[in-house]
Amino acid sequence: MVVGIVGYGAHIPRRRIKVEEIAKVWGADAASYKRGMELFQKSVPALDEDTITLSVEAARNAVARSGIDPKDIGAVYVGSESHPYAVKPSGVTVAEAIGATPDCHCADFEFACKAGSEGMFVAYGLVKAGLIKYGMGIGADTSQGAPGDALEYSAAAGAAAFIMGANEERIIATVDETFSFMTDTPDFWRREHQFYPAHGGRFTGEPAYFRTVTGAVKGILEKSDLKPEDFKYVVFHQPNGKFPKRAAKILGFSFEQIDVGRLVPWLGNTYSGSSPIGLTAILDVADPGDRILMCSYGSGAGSDAFVFTVRDRVREVRDLAPRTRWLLDENVTYVEYGEYAKMRRKIRLADK
Amino acid sequence: MRDVAVIGVGMQKWGELWEKSTRDIFVESALLAMDDAGVDSLDAMYIGSMSPGLFTSQEHLGSIMADYLGQKSIPSTRVESACASGGVAFRMAFMEVASGMHDIVLAGGVEKMTDIGGSDATHALATAADMQWEGVQGVTFPGLYAMMAVAHMDKYGTTRKQLAAVAVKNHHNGTMNPRAQFRMEVTVEGVINSTKVADPLNILDCSPITDGAAAVILVPADMVKKFKKPGVKVIGSGHATDTIALHDREDLTTLSAVTEAAEQAYRMSGKDTKDIDLAEVHDCFTIAEIIVSESLGLFERGKGGPAAEVGETSLKGRIPINASGGLKSKGHPVGATGVAQIVELTEQLRGEAGDRQVSSARVGLAQNMGGSGGSSLVHILEVM
Repeated sequence: MVVGIVGYGAHIPRRRIKVEEIAKVWGADAASYKRGMELFQKSVPALDEDTITLSVEAARNAVARSGIDPKDIGAVYVGSESHPYAVKPSGVTVAEAIGATPDCHCADFEFACKAGSEGMFVAYGLVKAGLIKYGMGIGADTSQGAPGDALEYSAAAGAAAFIMGANEERIIATVDETFSFMTDTPDFWRREHQFYPAHGGRFTGEPAYFRTVTGAVKGILEKSDLKPEDFKYVVFHQPNGKFPKRAAKILGFSFEQIDVGRLVPWLGNTYSGSSPIGLTAILDVADPGDRILMCSYGSGAGSDAFVFTVRDRVREVRDLAPRTRWLLDENVTYVEYGEYAKMRRKIRLADK
Repeated sequence: MRDVAVIGVGMQKWGELWEKSTRDIFVESALLAMDDAGVDSLDAMYIGSMSPGLFTSQEHLGSIMADYLGQKSIPSTRVESACASGGVAFRMAFMEVASGMHDIVLAGGVEKMTDIGGSDATHALATAADMQWEGVQGVTFPGLYAMMAVAHMDKYGTTRKQLAAVAVKNHHNGTMNPRAQFRMEVTVEGVINSTKVADPLNILDCSPITDGAAAVILVPADMVKKFKKPGVKVIGSGHATDTIALHDREDLTTLSAVTEAAEQAYRMSGKDTKDIDLAEVHDCFTIAEIIVSESLGLFERGKGGPAAEVGETSLKGRIPINASGGLKSKGHPVGATGVAQIVELTEQLRGEAGDRQVSSARVGLAQNMGGSGGSSLVHILEVM
């Protein structure tokens, strides 16, 4: 049975803050972040935006492109490291908002930045097993970096949703292969009740991100008997602009292959949304027959890799919802650090 | 005092050794040194380590390292003099053999610096400054050496390009050292345009944070023939101190502890600056190599920068400095650095340094330094 993506959608908050604006507050050297990390700006969620609202927007766009009845969606999975509630599911609110309840299985996933691809993988697996007709996997985050920490320059907000299905007529891109790579590698973490995550500095690089991403990609290439040149597009998890470029170089992919999906310099790191949003930007422009490789990364640490092949239907549906590059580039409002601090609830208000 | 010789050296590749513990990296290098010397037991050992407590929450290294090296029960002592800890370990081992107390003594150094984050590591290193008068004001070592650089530039006209020339040379040498942490070429423009750390010093003017160890075996010179490798004689040893706080010095453009330790070593060895064929010096920052080269008397005051710029200190120059790549390229696991300098000199004087071999090297000098020059050691080694 062929299973694939039948609908996809992204959402990005319209507000942005520039690296210079953050660096100015902390007396840091903006040029070195722009050059060293290839970060120029990041998205900022407004006070009324959280992982659930971003997920709902992305899910509605996915439903619009799929043309299916939301009642046929048998599972809604939201992957995030910033679920608004510690106890109370995000997924069920999203499922309710798009009209998929009550005959629906919902769960929230958490695996640092890999949670979105987990939802996609499980939805794909359930469709493949014949347990559900359609399943939705969402990656969404309103991630937080501690004020002044290197993460503050990248931690951004956004969401991407994918509906998996086996209905041949509706498949936009087939899922040809999957491969996951996991090791117990503590490079980034946040305990319950802690507001900001902690990280292992340079330990997040070689032994964590690069080992895991290269492990997953080599694994899926071997499993699928494909080579780097067999792909038109590649999208990696993108904590900054440099890491995916370096991963591509190590693995033998060209900059042209990763360029379309590498949104982080202008979007920031949307954590669970990172490689999934990159995939939406690729589907917005890909031609039928193009092969796409996606590889997520979540600290802790693991990667989920997918091989997709684009089908003709992508041309019919891609303009039924806003394209990702439009969400990123149009209708943008730049905020100053004070507004950003308010929106990200970094200002402590008087006790009522 | 008996004459003393280095009879074995050991050093593994330095870098971010996240899969290894402090004891792993020390024991690996120590075993290499013992194997090089052809010995399987030691009479005593000294280990230079600046701050294993702050870096890894482990003190009492003397006993741990002796135990894990299979030498349990021998006298084994950790010594500390900030970044000069390795140099002190070597001098202690030298004195112990020279005194006749013991015959086969290992001098090692180790530091595991990457198990904590960058800011914690910077704090640990800053404890080598005067915490009461410097540290609590927020000054860390890049800031202290930056002030020395500004003073040197102001007094002697030392230029930004001359500072960069030190990094370019040391990185070039490091490309030929398989154990170096950063084996890459850098350019003058690259150094000048790299990320600012403390004006005028940029990231490529600074030595890195490194995990690493080094070890050497010392024996009485008259026992050398019993071992498998040619011995290298330790002919001079000097050790001096200065104020730990920079602001207590009359002149920021020279390092009196370096000059004093060098004079002791020259006197003991009967050698002069013109006898030195190569030097390993403490280039924790590019300005440090320039000031040290002047304080050792290898160049006149104010001439260290121009000398680096025109290549007098390159491998084929008049007096090659930091053929190993120096702290800049090889890495700077603070407690190990002073011992690694002895490893390099020994290999150079044995003619085993491969592509970075200094031709006709017979006399080498090692200069190791603590903090901003609050302590310094100078050793002179000669082919036997």
